[in-house]
Amino acid sequence: MTIVDTRTPDPKTFISGATGDWEVIIGLEVHAQVTSEAKLFSGASTGFGAEPNSHVSLVDAAMPGMLPVINEECVKQAVRTGLGLKAEIHKRSVFDRKNYFYPDLPQGYQISQFKDPIVGEGTVIVSVGPDSKGEFQDIEVGIERLHLEQDAGKSMHDQHPTMSFVDLNRSGVALMEIVSKPDMRSADEAKAYVTKLRTILRYLGTCDGNMDEGSMRADVNVSVRRPGGAFGTRCEIKNVNSIRFVGQAIDSEARRQIAIIEDGGVIDQETRLFDPVKGETRAMRSKEDAHDYRYFPDPDLLPLEFDQAYIDALIKELPELPDDKKARLIKDAGLSAYDASILVSEKAIADYFEKVAAGRDAKQAANWVINDLLGALNKAGRDISETPISAEQLGAILDLIREGTISGKIAKDLFEIVWTEGGDPKAIVEDRGMKQVTDTGAIEKAVDEVIAANPDKVEQAKAKPSMAGWFVGQVMKATGGKANPQAVNALVKEKLGVE
Amino acid sequence: MSDLTALTIAEARDKLSKKETSATELTNAYLAAIETANPVINAYVKVTADKARSMAKLSDEKIAKGEAGPLEGIPLGIKDLFATEGVHTQAASHILDGFEPRYESTVTANLFADGAVMLGKLNMDEFAMGSSNETSYYGPVKNPWRKKGSNMDLVPGGSSGGSAASVAAQLCAGATATDTGGSIRQPAALTGTVGIKPTYGRCSRWGIVAFASSLDQAGPIARDVRDAAILLKSMASVDPKDTTSVDREVPDYEAAVGRSVKGLKIGIPKEYRMDGMPAEIETLWQKGIAWLKDAGAEIVDVSLPHTKYALPAYYIVAPAEASSNLARYDGVRYGLRVSGKDIAEMYEKTRAEGFGREVKRRIMIGTYVLSAGYYDAYYLQAQKVRTLIKRDFETVYADGIDALLTPATPSAAFGIGDQDMAADPVKMYLNDVFTVTVNMAGLPGIAVPAGLDDGGLPLGLQLIGRPFDEETLFSLGSVIEKAAGRFTPAKWW
Repeated sequence: MTIVDTRTPDPKTFISGATGDWEVIIGLEVHAQVTSEAKLFSGASTGFGAEPNSHVSLVDAAMPGMLPVINEECVKQAVRTGLGLKAEIHKRSVFDRKNYFYPDLPQGYQISQFKDPIVGEGTVIVSVGPDSKGEFQDIEVGIERLHLEQDAGKSMHDQHPTMSFVDLNRSGVALMEIVSKPDMRSADEAKAYVTKLRTILRYLGTCDGNMDEGSMRADVNVSVRRPGGAFGTRCEIKNVNSIRFVGQAIDSEARRQIAIIEDGGVIDQETRLFDPVKGETRAMRSKEDAHDYRYFPDPDLLPLEFDQAYIDALIKELPELPDDKKARLIKDAGLSAYDASILVSEKAIADYFEKVAAGRDAKQAANWVINDLLGALNKAGRDISETPISAEQLGAILDLIREGTISGKIAKDLFEIVWTEGGDPKAIVEDRGMKQVTDTGAIEKAVDEVIAANPDKVEQAKAKPSMAGWFVGQVMKATGGKANPQAVNALVKEKLGVE
Repeated sequence: MSDLTALTIAEARDKLSKKETSATELTNAYLAAIETANPVINAYVKVTADKARSMAKLSDEKIAKGEAGPLEGIPLGIKDLFATEGVHTQAASHILDGFEPRYESTVTANLFADGAVMLGKLNMDEFAMGSSNETSYYGPVKNPWRKKGSNMDLVPGGSSGGSAASVAAQLCAGATATDTGGSIRQPAALTGTVGIKPTYGRCSRWGIVAFASSLDQAGPIARDVRDAAILLKSMASVDPKDTTSVDREVPDYEAAVGRSVKGLKIGIPKEYRMDGMPAEIETLWQKGIAWLKDAGAEIVDVSLPHTKYALPAYYIVAPAEASSNLARYDGVRYGLRVSGKDIAEMYEKTRAEGFGREVKRRIMIGTYVLSAGYYDAYYLQAQKVRTLIKRDFETVYADGIDALLTPATPSAAFGIGDQDMAADPVKMYLNDVFTVTVNMAGLPGIAVPAGLDDGGLPLGLQLIGRPFDEETLFSLGSVIEKAAGRFTPAKWW
């Protein structure tokens, strides 16, 4: 593979070393577990967290005479993912055997795709940011390929004083290996890329993206060079299992490589592991120790072939993807690019927003979701999936504002109450007397009282009409915030005789 | 009792349906014959007498109820390569010590569903690697045939040596076998039996211990052509568990036996006339040509120009696939485990002790030809040769040839422990010179006994057909059989 440099060196991403600036070059291989009931080549379940060796078929355990049969659902998911990555779909692909010995690899080979993967080159647009000015920068990360392969089982070395145990539940689970081009230039870009990839996979429903359950993990390739110079020797950091660790691993690895080069050393091409406790990478094996995997086409499986009609049918059923959704929110709903970016960043947030915005004012819905809901969730350290306020509840709050039943200010209080106590917003407003006072008689009385009590301010307001705001504030205070602000405003101005 | 074991499957089927004998009687006759002969012949590595009797009993009940299947009550031997539920399945290897699968291969399941009775598991070359049945962990099988006036023990051929010997010695009515490079046809030829390797994809490979996946194919070894047709009908099926099996209706092969071959064009490939080939093989070939001509077939000289590359290419492709297929025998989950200080040593010790010399040789060859830097020169090149070999056949078939007639083996059975072959594995590999092309091209091929050599040992002819045209092979095979007669060894055991 010829490496093409698609990026212009950007000083913002440079790392300054003792001898000058350095640029870090990053490419990722993301392993994403295919969302599917059954494994890639057997009917065994893919359920997470089951008793060891309870989801193992004869094929997964590589019993003599067993043969793999491709799970069509996994093929479909890979093609859909390829489409989501705007990638070339290969109508003919080949499964190869990657041969090596390990106790959790029962066949003695992994069935993967080597020369002819199911998906070829594609592109992902990644919004990096927001930076300190609250701005996003869009970068384009090339996809080299996506191929299907089997996962291995799990070796457990801590269960017995002298033996290792093997759990084959994951053995044969379908993975998509998504290989990027070396198009990223900072840890932030790499993190944003993984985040975006995960978002796309979640929109498509082809991988749940749960990194803590091992559904998604990344091998990170890192090298450094002088800005714009020739590519350096890369090291591969294996099996990084959180987005935060991806960032930490890149930063520490880049610093390690820069230090070596600046000390006059050279980088050895090697495979490394990231230790999250120490926050650094350590050598796993060198190039010399690399396996000779003896890839060859798996004779048990015919080449995987499908026609354009198959692809077309999948295109038709494809859901709206984040980039398209963002464009639509900007164009049709009139949202700002910033708001739209945030709302589409996670499928769950987008789904939530769309539920709230359905039949309501999109901008207002966006403000509430972003500022109030996401703000509160962020403060509480919670994920959107753990929100105590459902989209229906937030929608009901917005309805109460629109109907004029409560003011915006009361709505914030109502939000707090629903957040902590739950319940039907409408009923809460009813029960707790939070209804806005629209009875002009009552408001008029309050306005009159405030005017009567503050003759000096009345004089000042006559000279400076904006002082009317002070009176509005006093009336709102006197009515416990329940008065309709528009009505108060109109009455105050009328009584003061100002415009 | 002995007359019962002399019956062909067709004859036994007839007697059973007329209630002139019972499945139990038939089974007991075979079990008695095995008890006498097996200590000498060593065809069975495991006799399942109890299972056989209970299966026979069930068959008798079905026959009584008029629910007999096509193979109801027919006692068969099963090559040790087929997984048989709860029964010894070790591919005649030490490394699968004690392995009894919890599943039944598709082929044996098909046979049993049609009423067949299992007598036991048959000896074979370890992992089907060999042409003499001498690589078995359970020791060599003796050919029931001996040279006139000699009591030297001869090999039955391989790898399905146990299948061929047990059929020839009447220790089963018929047997399952497998053929990767000639493992059905060569032993059939060396024992005076009929063996057919059907088209790749005709029988499911599911539950058959894999040797070389792109070449392996199951088929029967039987007393005569009709029996082979009857057995193949039951063995063949499409199988959703084997995606290389082919979804095509299985024809009534037996109906093709005895069918006229008038007007069929039979190709005689000149490349099969090898240097140093014994004169009697050539004579036999000419006889076969004459018989087919007499039956109304048209004889045409043809060329398969890439034939000479087939054997070397085969000995790259087959070991390459085998080196990967046999990686699963690692001592971790089943079979033999020899402990070591760490996992690497456990692997090494287990595989060193568990595999025999020939298997190790092929694993090493296969590993080598797939290695970085050698893959293109060996494996890829061999695959290209394979394509050319396939094209050779396609060309002659496109020219209107219906089938090809060739010798089955370059010689008659040789002695157990033959020093020449022991010293040079390539000499052993040459046994497959006429048969490997058929596997490389995925075609059907049948070996039919055609005569005896000067020493009184059987020799066979091979017929190669178009893909999925096993019927023509049965028709042509029965012409040769009719002309040549059937051959049964004199009992010396």
